[in-house]
Amino acid sequence: MMPRLSASFVIGAALSAIILLAALVSLFWTPYDYAALDIAARLLPPTPSHWFGTDHLGRDVLSMVMAGARNSIAVAIVAVCIGMGLGVPLGLLAAAQRGWAEESLMRVNDLVFAFPALIMAILITAVFGPGAINAIIAIGIFNIPVFARLSRGAALSLWTRDYVLAARLSAKRPLQISLEHILPNITGLLIVQGTIQFSMGIIAEAGLSYVGLGAQPPNPSWGRMLFEAQTMASFAPWLALFPGFAILFSVLGLNLLGDGLRDLFDPKSRRGVA
Amino acid sequence: MTAWLARRLTSLVLTLLAASLIIFLMIEVLPGDPAAFMMGLNADPQSVAVLREQLGLDAPILARYFTWLGALSHGDFGLSYTYRVPVGDLIVQRLAVSLPLALYALVLSTAFAFPIAVFAAARANKAGDTIIMGITQIGIAIPNFWFAMVLVLIFSIGLQWFSAGGFPGWQGGVLPGLRALTLPALALALPQAAILARIMRAALIETLAEDYVRTARAKGLGKTQVIWRHALRNALIPVLTIIGMQLSFLLAGSIIIENVFFLPGLGRLVFQGIIQRDLVVVKSVVVVLVFAVVMINFLVDLTYVAIDPRLRHEKRGK
Repeated sequence: MMPRLSASFVIGAALSAIILLAALVSLFWTPYDYAALDIAARLLPPTPSHWFGTDHLGRDVLSMVMAGARNSIAVAIVAVCIGMGLGVPLGLLAAAQRGWAEESLMRVNDLVFAFPALIMAILITAVFGPGAINAIIAIGIFNIPVFARLSRGAALSLWTRDYVLAARLSAKRPLQISLEHILPNITGLLIVQGTIQFSMGIIAEAGLSYVGLGAQPPNPSWGRMLFEAQTMASFAPWLALFPGFAILFSVLGLNLLGDGLRDLFDPKSRRGVA
Repeated sequence: MTAWLARRLTSLVLTLLAASLIIFLMIEVLPGDPAAFMMGLNADPQSVAVLREQLGLDAPILARYFTWLGALSHGDFGLSYTYRVPVGDLIVQRLAVSLPLALYALVLSTAFAFPIAVFAAARANKAGDTIIMGITQIGIAIPNFWFAMVLVLIFSIGLQWFSAGGFPGWQGGVLPGLRALTLPALALALPQAAILARIMRAALIETLAEDYVRTARAKGLGKTQVIWRHALRNALIPVLTIIGMQLSFLLAGSIIIENVFFLPGLGRLVFQGIIQRDLVVVKSVVVVLVFAVVMINFLVDLTYVAIDPRLRHEKRGK
């Protein structure tokens, strides 16, 4: 029997799909060229020809929001991949080896936690200059200890299970056990955390672009759109509202999707203990 | 207890040393020649040489690191290249804005989160709880700097209750200062309050399933009363972790919010430092922020042990 899908899963999946679709479609079609200036059509409020209005240079806001989705998603996905790609093996190793490997991993984790993504981005940008790549690295580094801790914790409890004991008795090496028995059993957990870090990555990227440490012109980004909107928000509020709603809905969608996935993978969590 | 404290203090010192080494390597070693980097492409070699001398760049790397650490321990951050004043003075001035802002936001976020969590936990999985939790989901998803812009649109430009930005300084009294920080603090606090409320609600629901709570209920105490009198204290440990994490987050987050409201805090200082390539300023502000984060985590650990003495032994046993 198919498990009943929760409301958060359905709403979350729908919102995430809309944002993803907007990003994909923007690769080959946007209502207008997002970088095209049209001074005659500047600061138009939302109309049938420009659904989200235009900015001070006459650029179509809907097209910019669509293209911005691409940037947000790309940065957040790569940052999650960095975090998973390095964090999960480290966490599995710590759980398999215990002892010094575990101890040093936890200490390094503490150290990385001392550098919030924003501060890491400040350091990187001060030396290498601003850019989307640096934003990805800063957010990605912050994701590593998140996944390392999570997979270590989950793996530790699995190492005491009977089937892992059986595998150990059959002289399988720790690496093999980690890959064959531990990793498949923590995949659900990793996917849930992945969606959460994905949504946090979108907020972090927007924040970095807003203060000028992220994507640079002419690449469209929601954060920078908000920065440009700031001085005009009093007479052109649509410039501030639409990119903000784009961030809000994608983050909300991913968080709800994460909740829904957790319910699917772990029915016990449905009892309301979030 | 003393053994635990000694271990924890050693790891604190090691973390601080490692963090300072990372910052030092990134700012002083990665750019190659920091003096040439700070003066830009068109600098004449003579002024670069003067700056090199002033920054003490001719010494070996390790010696430079320890000189810097030694100076730091006296509160000497060096001279700002652009402002020509001691960076320590700049940081103290700016902290007078950033720190109250972060604390104000923390107070607001806790004040919002507590009643919301108690309300929701007392009605777990009923309509009131579901609605409140739905609202907190939206709260978590709101980027604080965008929320700040919306607050300015409503309360400064629309209703004209608050100014849209700027800071009068504390010399004119506490109230005008707090007033200028109110919208920024609200913008920082509400998304955090949503996170805190969710975690607190979950912790409360878990505690409410315990035996002593059932006993208290059997004695005839109402659910909300039980929560305030018994469950809250026991639900405090996970909540404290989050409050501690939030303080570091609020301190870092205030850096961005300061830009929305043109507040003269650490954030403005460090972003101007980046634009002007003033590495001394950037390095110093980052050190202050990172040390603050590490110290906050340490204090949170200490508070755990104060609340739940069992943890002292668990930590040693690991």
